[in-house]
Amino acid sequence: MSETPLIGGATLAPVDSRLAGARIGVVTFPGTLDDRDAVRAVRLSGATAVELWHADTELADVDAVIIPGGFSYGDYLRAGAISRFAPLMTKIVDAANSDAKLPVLGICNGFQILTEAHLLPGSMIKNDHLKFLCRDQVLRVENNTTAWTNAYAAGEDITIVLKNQDGQYIADEKTLDALEAEGLVAFRYMGGNPNGSRRDIAGISNAAGNVVGLMPHPEHAVEAGYGPGHTGTDGLGFFNSVLNTLLGDK
Amino acid sequence: MSEISTESAKKFNMDTVANAAITPDVELPWAELGLKQNEFDDVVKVLGRRPTAAELAMYSVMWSEHCSYKSSKNHLRQFGEKVTEEMKKDMLVGIGENAGVTNLGDGWAVTFKIESHNSPTMIEPYQGAATGIGGIVRDIISMGARPVAVMDPLRFGAIDHPDTARVMHGAVAGIGGYGNSLGLPNIGGEMVFDSVYQGNPLVNALAVGVMRHEDIRLANASGKGNKVVLFGARTGGDGIGGASILSSESFDNSKPSKRPAVQVGDPFAEKVLIECCLELFKGSLVEGIQDLGAAGISCATSELASNGDGGMEVELTSVLLRDPTLTPGEILMSESQERMMAVVSPENIAAFEAVMEKWAVEYSWLGEVTDTGRLIIKWDGEVIVDVDPRTVAHDGPVYDRPYARPEWQDALQADTFTGSVQDAARPSTPEELKAAMLELVASPNMCSKDWITNQYDRYVGGNTALAFPDDAGVIRVDEETGLGFAVATDANGRYTFLDPYHGAQLALAEAYRNVATSGAVPMAVSDCLNFGSPEDPDVMWQLAEAIRGLSDACMVLGIPVTGGNVSLYNQTGTTPIHPTPVVAVLGKFDDVARRTPSGWAEDGQAIYLLGTTADDLDGSEWANMRGHLGGLPPAVNLERERELGAILINASRDGMIDSAHDLSEGGLAAALVESALRFNTGARVALDDVAARDGVDVFTLLFSETQGRAIVSVPRSEEVRFNDMCTARNFPLSRIGVVDAAGAALDIQGLFTAELDELRVAHEGTLPKYFG
Repeated sequence: MSETPLIGGATLAPVDSRLAGARIGVVTFPGTLDDRDAVRAVRLSGATAVELWHADTELADVDAVIIPGGFSYGDYLRAGAISRFAPLMTKIVDAANSDAKLPVLGICNGFQILTEAHLLPGSMIKNDHLKFLCRDQVLRVENNTTAWTNAYAAGEDITIVLKNQDGQYIADEKTLDALEAEGLVAFRYMGGNPNGSRRDIAGISNAAGNVVGLMPHPEHAVEAGYGPGHTGTDGLGFFNSVLNTLLGDK
Repeated sequence: MSEISTESAKKFNMDTVANAAITPDVELPWAELGLKQNEFDDVVKVLGRRPTAAELAMYSVMWSEHCSYKSSKNHLRQFGEKVTEEMKKDMLVGIGENAGVTNLGDGWAVTFKIESHNSPTMIEPYQGAATGIGGIVRDIISMGARPVAVMDPLRFGAIDHPDTARVMHGAVAGIGGYGNSLGLPNIGGEMVFDSVYQGNPLVNALAVGVMRHEDIRLANASGKGNKVVLFGARTGGDGIGGASILSSESFDNSKPSKRPAVQVGDPFAEKVLIECCLELFKGSLVEGIQDLGAAGISCATSELASNGDGGMEVELTSVLLRDPTLTPGEILMSESQERMMAVVSPENIAAFEAVMEKWAVEYSWLGEVTDTGRLIIKWDGEVIVDVDPRTVAHDGPVYDRPYARPEWQDALQADTFTGSVQDAARPSTPEELKAAMLELVASPNMCSKDWITNQYDRYVGGNTALAFPDDAGVIRVDEETGLGFAVATDANGRYTFLDPYHGAQLALAEAYRNVATSGAVPMAVSDCLNFGSPEDPDVMWQLAEAIRGLSDACMVLGIPVTGGNVSLYNQTGTTPIHPTPVVAVLGKFDDVARRTPSGWAEDGQAIYLLGTTADDLDGSEWANMRGHLGGLPPAVNLERERELGAILINASRDGMIDSAHDLSEGGLAAALVESALRFNTGARVALDDVAARDGVDVFTLLFSETQGRAIVSVPRSEEVRFNDMCTARNFPLSRIGVVDAAGAALDIQGLFTAELDELRVAHEGTLPKYFG
């Protein structure tokens, strides 16, 4: 995204000097909404955020990519169905599947795009109650070995923001069984399933652990005063995790 | 067209200006388009000939009540007149532009405006409410601002009426579906159920935008030779005559369906349009810009031209269409959404087109700015409109509608709740008082609105510091400094029905109090005046009184009206809605980190009640629940509101309070329950002393709606300082309790204990029960 955010320049968190070179790309499609928030989250974690445009044909030497939430292409046809054909998506898919295993995080619409791009299995359909739902949501970290979850403890409960219309995760039974058997369920909804997702699944990982997608929004729980319950910052772990991965700490 | 006579008109199948000049006697459908005989005669006089079909279309929409404010203009002047120099000091752009602009400091400016989308929502709730958001957001973009928040005050019919669910589901889904897709946090609003709104639901939409001072843009077309461009969505057949046919007369079952007059929204197109416009502004690529809302191209061309050098020439066949069969008149009147018109200097054309290409936005060059003082619109080279744009945009009819205090007003005001039949079984025992509290917080107007607000995204943008159910929505503007704003909307149709002058003032007082309760300094006002037919002298009196009351109160509180909207003809047959002036107040924070939430959180903090309580049950929620409406609304004391506001703002700034909640509808009972449920934290409260001090019984203390009150929680370490401040300001306060986190209950000592779970079930169960 070429525009300098009008609202920008967040106060930086204490920076590990080794992080200065960590470049995390944030992709903007037409209709992307939470890109600024993802950029802020990256900045608060101490890394450098790189704004990427869907029509770009190069990844600009980023070390990881976040596909943020929103309604890319208005969710027309099907959420994520058009965005997956963006020139930059081809590069992202190739890099994620390469030996370099580019860490990729898909949040909400980003998760939908990752399933459409076949980086992750399954799909999202309309919430079972048919309404948009925005609420603070407790998740259990089921897999803390991925590039985006290693800063959490296994089984830890975190509270981040859920907000979507098409958030019901579905896949065939065989796929669901495989996800469970291989430990690829990254997050499960706690305190009641908010949308009818199969097996309470809120987020999943690929086998290599570099690609993670989830419906709730960690980037909205990174700054006290602006997240869940006015104080929550449980989402920061996602952004710290990928830095751990990039620095080889985990 | 009924008759075609000249050769050229036949060739183009069009009613040209030349044709109009030689066929003076052609019958025109001016009445069907909403014009009155005298207005049509005026059009003929202004033009010196009969209008062409296209001109008639333009005048009919631009001279409609909705666009011309012809019934309210003479009264609305007071908002501009009752303003002191002091009130103007922060006003960068006042009434008359797309939205007013207020200085926020540090080079930042904030623009906000509230508008109605009532009639379209009645007909097609989803699209009506959705496009209400779309329209107000484009007003904000037109000022050069990035939209950063929206709010929707809603008023629907009786909660148990079969049609209410239709409107409710559609409107809420529409607001969510459109607003959520734009990435704008929805941070507040209102939800009122009352059978007076059954046939005329009120859907008002507010948007706020922020910008740097140098980015302020105005709607005008200056500079001869500059190009006029239309961009965004294509023009279609939706919303034709929306402003004139829908919003400017009463519904009447005898006429055919007005569904085609409702616009259909595409939020994705709007989101792209927002980003695209901001990129245009950043590159200084446009000289003037105007959104296309009511009256579409008619409005945009005539307003741009008359606000600028006065002339414009456009070719209407260049407009990109969704439906190629549209006539020129329809194209001029279409209210298709997600369109903008801009004036671009020739040297910026290439850069402008590059931005359009980047965002894949369609555009077409329609013509250019001239210095002729005429707005010329051509169809395939033939002139079909040749008018002085001022006569279209600004010189519409103005009416001094007759008005008079209704005959029934005295009897209404004499019918007080206390002593009425409906007051026969006033609760007095502890059990009755507890049951009354539970009934109040479960009532349609006082129950939790989570069912609605959970369908809105309040987080997007990452700058939401407070949102519903807190008293005001608070947004951070500058992440470095914490500079930000608070905004709240309020209205009470019952109060205003009982006394329009003071009812409007009470709406302002409550919005002001809500902003101050959050800790912000109130700065500016925008209003949406929802009333019945101005042709009814009773309604016209309500409108005149409300405007007079509101403008007087703005003077006392020292905050100017910077913009707004009037929505008339909200009535079914001869029955108007309650007069409902919705007032939005915007306030400023130097640092939003100081914002005060509405709920208790810290165990052991002292709870204070600020202000005194009188018997103000007339027009109250309690009286409403008992089916009574009569008497006089609570007394207005604006000096007291100012003082209370100053206390709340100072206490927030100096860290003396950790929570604050204003007392309004539902009185102390509602405020206590809401403060407890906000963060699920109970309290022990003792009311005997304060009841004795004020000379009221406990029921009145709990349910009266006396103004100028708030409850706050104060850390023990700050109690002395807080007491001293209130005493020094001679403001009454009483320590009524202590936050009790462990208790998980609201313990009204000596009376009853209500478990939080019990309160929550009552408070949160109502909307799901009716709406699923």
